[in-house]
Amino acid sequence: MISSVDKTCPLTFASVDPDAALKAVVGKKRSEVLAEVAASGLKGRGGAGFPTSVKWNLAAAARGQEKFVICNADEGEPGTFKDRVILSDYADLVCAGMTAAAYAIGATRGIIYLRGEYTYLRPHLEDVLARRRGRSLLGPKILGKDGFDFDIEIRMGAGAYVCGEETALIESLEGNRGEPRNRPPFPVDTGFMSRPTAVNNVETLAWAACILANGAEWFKKHGTEKSTGLKLFSVSGDVERPGVYEFPLGITIAELLRHVGGENAKAAQIGGASGHCVPASQFERTIAFEDVPTGGSVIVFGPDRDMLEVAENFLEFFVEESCGQCTPCREGSRKLLEGVKMLRKGTCSMKYLRELCGLGQTMQLASKCGLGQSAPNALLSIVEHFKDDILGRTPQAV
Amino acid sequence: MLVTESDKIREDIRKLTETYGRDRSALMPILQEVQKKYCRISDIAMQEIADLLSIHPVEVYGVVSFYSFLDDKPKGRFIIRLCRTISCTMQGKARVAKQLENDLGVLFGQTTADGLFTLEWANCLGMCDQGPALLVNDQVFTQVTPDKVHDIIEGCRRSFAQHVSQKREEH
Ligand SMILES: Cc1cc2nc3c(=O)[nH]c(=O)nc-3n(C[C@H](O)[C@H](O)[C@H](O)COP(=O)(O)O)c2cc1C
Ligand code: SF4
Ligand code: FES
Repeated sequence: MISSVDKTCPLTFASVDPDAALKAVVGKKRSEVLAEVAASGLKGRGGAGFPTSVKWNLAAAARGQEKFVICNADEGEPGTFKDRVILSDYADLVCAGMTAAAYAIGATRGIIYLRGEYTYLRPHLEDVLARRRGRSLLGPKILGKDGFDFDIEIRMGAGAYVCGEETALIESLEGNRGEPRNRPPFPVDTGFMSRPTAVNNVETLAWAACILANGAEWFKKHGTEKSTGLKLFSVSGDVERPGVYEFPLGITIAELLRHVGGENAKAAQIGGASGHCVPASQFERTIAFEDVPTGGSVIVFGPDRDMLEVAENFLEFFVEESCGQCTPCREGSRKLLEGVKMLRKGTCSMKYLRELCGLGQTMQLASKCGLGQSAPNALLSIVEHFKDDILGRTPQAV
Repeated sequence: MLVTESDKIREDIRKLTETYGRDRSALMPILQEVQKKYCRISDIAMQEIADLLSIHPVEVYGVVSFYSFLDDKPKGRFIIRLCRTISCTMQGKARVAKQLENDLGVLFGQTTADGLFTLEWANCLGMCDQGPALLVNDQVFTQVTPDKVHDIIEGCRRSFAQHVSQKREEH
């Protein structure tokens, strides 16, 4: 019953040699490594899409004798599981990416922050790290290069989605409640233990290693001008073939659905609970940072799904996972959930629905971190596109 | 000499600080180890950790109460966490939930009288393509159907019985 096989399509990661990446790195100057990543146009695969080279350049330029590279393996966004597959099958590539980042920014310590729900992956990852130490791919003088010292340790999360937010993650590592910090200062300059820290998603680090092994031009063969490269997608819901897929950024939602067997969908939630619900009429839109952005979660809803149930499920998620630090998020999420319950009972007036949407917009603007800023997204897009589904319901429908 | 439970906890925590150090950043790993061994973080444990890390016990409590995998109240040997998020919902988690309640005789949020099982909800476990998914402590089960619930629970009982008899042999 324990999942052994993943239904994944062939991934490019399988064809890249992690050792080649590090060999290429030690043959280069730090500035050349940074330039290669910049030329690739790689953007963060964790959801926000921040250019990786900009982050690394800032961390490289920051002053401090000790710097950190953190791999964000907290993967808590509903509908996302590609980082689990990467860590299971391509952990060496992720470690190579972290080590390359360390070289580029001058870090000596790396931390993989692994979500508590993935504790069963820890022995495997410890093995990978031990093997790498044995092969001089971690530890002092990596690949014989003087002054290139770097090691990686694993720290566990403890069941809090908000700790995937990079400043909350750092708080958690420092032994605090996982409450997001005000920014600035940013982690690249005041991160873990107030040291310059580059926090990157699992997939971002794996692609960085691929880029250093095969070159920026190889990476740019796929994707769009603003969203270069391939991306992993976690596909679940009403499709014939759920699993992990690799597609170029810029793919239309319709094409993605054809590949996974979800053509008759009435909507697709792109980007998880904090993403957007796209109705079938907009399936020609593309998945890319410049159109519909995503960390890789695609949840597909078939013709008979009740979109209010979806909205309710997501809002319950946010009510539970809000850290409670700021009022718009803490109280707003509760109010929106109450509103959805009224809609399900058929007792919500149009006037009140408008007020709820206004509250949602306030949350988007006034919340302190991405959790509260994106909590209303799903409901707002469902209200916009599925008015027929949600208004004037009869109580029996509940 | 009689060693009390609280002496044992104190001794364990002292050993943990030898491994992880006494910096505040050692707090999470120490709490996670204590949770794993004792299925909870008691007042005595919090006090001892606070003393060794030179922080106030309220700070330790603040952290324990924040994380859903850390508990100050006693929990069962086996914590069963069923995913309640949308993909598992669409794959039939409600019926698995009902069967779990029926077979364990407790509701979500409760612990069985023998202290063996605690039943809880979890958010997305990262197994959405193979739902409904649940965790039993660190172990993940996927594509769980109501008829598999009984086997999962019996598996836990068997491994616990084995554990107990092993302990007896050691003594
Ligand atoms: C509430 C919240 C949860 C997040 N969870 C994750 C996560 O689980 N994994 C992740 O890589 N990034 C997550 N992020 C994004 C991180 O804050 C950060 O942008 C990311 O780790 C940067 O890496 P990247 O640039 O390589 O994508 C989350 C953000 C927010 C606001
Ligand atoms: S937006 Fe929500 S999760 Fe983020 S800091 Fe505010 S209360 Fe916490
Ligand atoms: S929705 Fe249940 S594992 Fe993701």
